[in-house]
Amino acid sequence: MSANLQVDTRDTFVHSIGRMVIDMVALAGDVTLFALQMVGWLLVRWPRGNVLWPVMYQIGVLSVPVIIVTGGFIGMVLAVQAYEQFALMHMENQLGTVVNVTLLKELGPVLAAVMLAGRVGSSMSAELGTMRVTEQIDALTALGANPVAHLVVPRFLACFLLIPMLTIFADGIGVLSGWWFSTQVLGIEGFHYWHYSRNYVNAYDFWSGIVKSVFFGATIAILSCHRGFHSRAGAEGVGRAATEAFVYSFVVILMLDFLLGFLLMEFYGVMWPSQAGLM
Amino acid sequence: MSSYLELQNVSKHFGDQPILRDVSLSVQPGETLVIIGESGCGKSVTMKLMMNLLRPSSGRVLWYGRPVCDLSSREVVRERLQYGYLFQMAALFDSLDVFENVAFGLRQNTSLSLPEIQQRVDACLKDVGLRPELVSRKMPAQLSGGMRKRVGLARALAMRPRVMLYDEPTTGLDPIMSDVINQLILRTRDREQMTSIVVTHDMHTVRKVADRVIMLYPLSRLQPDEPQIIFEGTAEEAFESSDPRVSDFVRGDAVVRLKELLAS
Repeated sequence: MSANLQVDTRDTFVHSIGRMVIDMVALAGDVTLFALQMVGWLLVRWPRGNVLWPVMYQIGVLSVPVIIVTGGFIGMVLAVQAYEQFALMHMENQLGTVVNVTLLKELGPVLAAVMLAGRVGSSMSAELGTMRVTEQIDALTALGANPVAHLVVPRFLACFLLIPMLTIFADGIGVLSGWWFSTQVLGIEGFHYWHYSRNYVNAYDFWSGIVKSVFFGATIAILSCHRGFHSRAGAEGVGRAATEAFVYSFVVILMLDFLLGFLLMEFYGVMWPSQAGLM
Repeated sequence: MSSYLELQNVSKHFGDQPILRDVSLSVQPGETLVIIGESGCGKSVTMKLMMNLLRPSSGRVLWYGRPVCDLSSREVVRERLQYGYLFQMAALFDSLDVFENVAFGLRQNTSLSLPEIQQRVDACLKDVGLRPELVSRKMPAQLSGGMRKRVGLARALAMRPRVMLYDEPTTGLDPIMSDVINQLILRTRDREQMTSIVVTHDMHTVRKVADRVIMLYPLSRLQPDEPQIIFEGTAEEAFESSDPRVSDFVRGDAVVRLKELLAS
């Protein structure tokens, strides 16, 4: 009797979950190959200045207003929220500690990255998506240029180098706005604010935030360029690519934040065992 | 002498959707091959397969008798420069002005000095009837459809290709500008001894430029054993074809097609 192979076309909940998992694994594999291709080109050919500088200007300089607003409000919001709790325990003077530690280690890098995923990631994805649907990417190939080397590598470099710098800027603005709000509005002594901050915030807190932002920058660049490169036809396709770039970047930023936070804390415990670790 | 470009039993599908099935054709040096067919029959896909911008699902593409799949990626990039491509909507780079668009391939692939590039770009713009001093610094968004097509043609010609591929060169243009583009195709062919492949459904273009015509038919309306190339011959033979699918198409007679559409 010959084997009777049939395609399973059932559409139960389990089948839907299975299809979703397969799609996610395929997407992860595709993004990984895309990233490896990009790294390959990064190693063999550094982009020309006339290609790199405009991208850096777009990603770095034009993001400064967004970063000022983000950093400024994070610092003040942290001060407002923490003040009430600290006031209940009569520890208002130590407000600077919690504002600055939270800002440098966690909220500064994450919120800056999320804002940049929205501003830079979506715009890169829409730009590359438009180039895809108007055949400009094919035209690059036809003219002897590699689209990944020409379009993705400069954007990756700009995000990889500038997002940590923008994060430092957001941190600085957040620290200043938190200090200003705490001292000028909440009435905390400036001396106590900085005294406790100095005692409890160390360089490792600052650098762990910067290490995270390097990963966030790379994630935003790779995911956004990947979605743009695989944009479907039409305005709807480009819009969808831009939305996916933001959503995927946001989800991966949160996952990386957890993973890197855990690893950096463990690393701290190994390097400086006398200090506090997670476990 | 081996043909400049050849497809051997090429099939292409996107996901579950077949576009081309077992298509074989070759282009001889100096000839102008025109590929006609309804929208969606795979004409543009055929052009992209010829340029290796898409890879065939099965079958082979040969450049100068050599299978493209046997070439290293560096050889593919080098050999591809012998083929110029005019895209359907010109595909000019939005972020670059006209000069930078035309100079792009030269900057990317040659060691020409800036004055030499300037000279080549100006000559190419003049060849397509554009005045360099007026258009060089304009951005693509500031150009009309006909000007964009001509800049796209200048950009392709700047690399001095041996074969030119035109993807629907007259689509979206008024009759006068369409004729300008047709004349440019002829002029380029005659001056540069260029081999040309033109994809179009503009019968004016077919009559004007074709040495040989091929007609592709959509797979969805073919029987599994029918060939996808339903006609091959001269433009005159296409107009006199006894096959109603060919004669209806070249005459623009939609009665049979409308009946099919309404029935479906």
